Amino acid sequence: MMHKLTKAPLALNGLGRCFITEKHVSAVKIIRRGLVCAQHESDSGKNEVYDVIISGGGMVGSAMACSLGMDPNLTGKKILLLEAGNKKVMDKVPNAYSTRVSSISPGSATLLSGIGAWEHITQMRCKPYKKMQVWDACSDALITFDKENLQDEMAYIVENDIVVAALTKQLDSLSDNVQVKYRSKVVKYTWPMPHQAADSIPWVQVTLANGDTLQTKLLIGADGSNSMVRQELGIPTVKWNYDQSAVVAVLHLSEPTENNVAWQRFLPTGPIAMLPLSDTESSLVWSTSHRLAEELLELDEESFVDAINSAFWNNENQSELIETAGSMFRGALSAIMPSAGSPRQLPPSVAGIGPKTRVMFPLGMGHASEYIRHRVALIGDAAHRVHPLAGQGVNLGFGDVACLTQLLSQAAFNGKDLGAIQHLLEYETERQRHNLPMMAAIDLMKRLYSTNAAPVVLLRTFGLQATNMLPALKEQIMTFASK
Amino acid sequence: MYSNKFGRLMLGLCSRKPAAVSGAVRRAAGRSGFSWTAVCQQRTLWLQRSDFLEMEKRAVIRQTGSRSASQTTVDPSELKRFQSLASKWWDEQGEFAALHAMNDLRVPFIRDNLLNVHRARHPGKPLAGLRILDVGCGGGLLTEPLGRLGANVLGIDPVENSISTAQLHSSYDPDLRDQVSYQVCTLEDLSGEEEGGTEGQGAAQFDAVVASEVVEHLADLETFAFCCSSVLKPGGSLFITTINKTSLSYALGIVVAEQILRIVPSGTHDWEKFISPEELERLLESNGFSVQSVQGMLYNPLSGGWSWTNSTAINYALHAVKLKDPAEDSSPHPEDHAAAAHS
Repeated sequence: MMHKLTKAPLALNGLGRCFITEKHVSAVKIIRRGLVCAQHESDSGKNEVYDVIISGGGMVGSAMACSLGMDPNLTGKKILLLEAGNKKVMDKVPNAYSTRVSSISPGSATLLSGIGAWEHITQMRCKPYKKMQVWDACSDALITFDKENLQDEMAYIVENDIVVAALTKQLDSLSDNVQVKYRSKVVKYTWPMPHQAADSIPWVQVTLANGDTLQTKLLIGADGSNSMVRQELGIPTVKWNYDQSAVVAVLHLSEPTENNVAWQRFLPTGPIAMLPLSDTESSLVWSTSHRLAEELLELDEESFVDAINSAFWNNENQSELIETAGSMFRGALSAIMPSAGSPRQLPPSVAGIGPKTRVMFPLGMGHASEYIRHRVALIGDAAHRVHPLAGQGVNLGFGDVACLTQLLSQAAFNGKDLGAIQHLLEYETERQRHNLPMMAAIDLMKRLYSTNAAPVVLLRTFGLQATNMLPALKEQIMTFASK
Repeated sequence: MYSNKFGRLMLGLCSRKPAAVSGAVRRAAGRSGFSWTAVCQQRTLWLQRSDFLEMEKRAVIRQTGSRSASQTTVDPSELKRFQSLASKWWDEQGEFAALHAMNDLRVPFIRDNLLNVHRARHPGKPLAGLRILDVGCGGGLLTEPLGRLGANVLGIDPVENSISTAQLHSSYDPDLRDQVSYQVCTLEDLSGEEEGGTEGQGAAQFDAVVASEVVEHLADLETFAFCCSSVLKPGGSLFITTINKTSLSYALGIVVAEQILRIVPSGTHDWEKFISPEELERLLESNGFSVQSVQGMLYNPLSGGWSWTNSTAINYALHAVKLKDPAEDSSPHPEDHAAAAHS
């Protein structure tokens, strides 16, 4: 369901307002449509009823299953995780790095360690980094984020496969509480009526491809940005495709280095990021227009490597005006705050790329106007999808997991029906309050840096330089991003 | 839900017609009269029991006015009122919304106080192994959460339609089928069943009795207290939530709630039947109970939620413990107010 909304006013007004309008206009129609599917059956109570079914066994869905399985107040509840793909077991970590990686924030690391998966991850492979440098191609403005004295880690780069494998391993140990069905594709959902109608089943019914029908008191949709749960519920979703795709690859560095810095440069065509994987290898995430992305994939390895190095090092996008203005700003700011600011560093140069092929995938933004319905909750990309430029996507999902687990645990301790709307509403409110500003900020950043028009460049140059010189503001940003 | 409540507020302020039953019912536990045969049975039991009753009990100061010295605790007019509401129990945002919301206070209150007394803990089922009686259970709004926490709960109510609704609702959930059961009867009927055998042998000996939003609809509190005592094990707990008899409860509970805002149908509550915590305490203590804690509750009509408060001027919750035999004087555990007070 694509809602066409003008982009510019939205970017400025923030995303909140359109959701309110969406909800009020089509909410009644949507609810009616969703309820039409309710099934009426006389023999309802004999089958087994699960307490929670999680649909989707990716990073966020598996984390949710582990988290619920380990909660003491949920002991004895019947929890099921449904995953359409195969079980991802990793007995031995492959030598080659995989191309899809995520930046795991300290908050997410805390969650993962609480559910026992972080141990497995650190035993397998992960790379902490201590500093992040973000700079502009159109000016020499830059901003660096780091914890004081480079003592603590800012975040961790972990391959997605490793996260899933670690969670799978942890789920194996929780088999008393959590059941997992692999190769189980869902073909149909049947939604219950909110009120107790005579002779109707009050639970959510999930029909699998093999014909089984399962019933549950609460369905958690963790099935990704094209969520079937969300679509079947008819939840209005604000989404647009950025005219961008991301090219990912594994880079071999020219020489070994301490490599604990994450680099991101905003080119007019899109940000290019280099994330450390080890002392000799880094991960590339280059978001650019579809056309350029295709071209990049077709280049031979040498030209591709040249393109990457040039993207990071080249200064041809800077005009004289911007350069002068930039140094003026910097002069003015250093007069106010002489000790702030940081020297610009250059990222390591790239010599080659990893054996696995380069991949590209389209980028978009998406936000479900409602995260919950009667007996259903959405988590992770099913509820919200962001641009990778801030490395926040999976962290927002882990935040959803932590919040929902805590609310379900409390509800169980109060003897509540897990699918009751009251605590689901609390989950929605709390997470929307956190996610929406983050998504608005990311979207704004993306638009702000997508142009090389002088006024915008000057604005963002000044903004970036000023922010760089205000440690208190940077602290706030880092705290918000690491939740 | 927020806009719904606000709308109702506005409507209540503007409209002059007496509200139909479509308004939200603030307090709705069904306790009322029953069939004639039951009355006859009751009279016989009462006469049998008269040996047990000391004259002092009758002389206990009682509420005058609408409470008559009847042999039953139930009031026929109350029964009629709640019969018509029977199918609406489980609409969480409907007329019983405030009662659903009250679970946020009363379930932790019951759970934590029972956990203080019975220290056995099972993860996931904190009340496992306990038998609880829910008097005036209505549609089972409080019975089900207690069952989910592992207790074995019997819900009783004289309104047959309410019990049918409760049975139907709990039949869908396999976890509840073994935990909760319902019966159409009154408390006197139940305690009368045990009189046949000697105390301690009866099948219906409970660790706790819950009477939430019930006593303000009863005709005879004295009998009620006596029956509670007879069905409870020594050391068992009695939990009551009800409304205080103060000018504030008249102003807010009757005038504002029933006549101005119309969130409770007019005539649901009779101020004369409200009882103050001190009165209730006196009544219970003369029936062999020791009151452990009394805590005020406050309803916020805008948010639709309840919270604990220091003042018992309107609603309050009370926890009492049945004293053990005088030979072994049980020392009631000092109440953990923090546990009871935090919602």
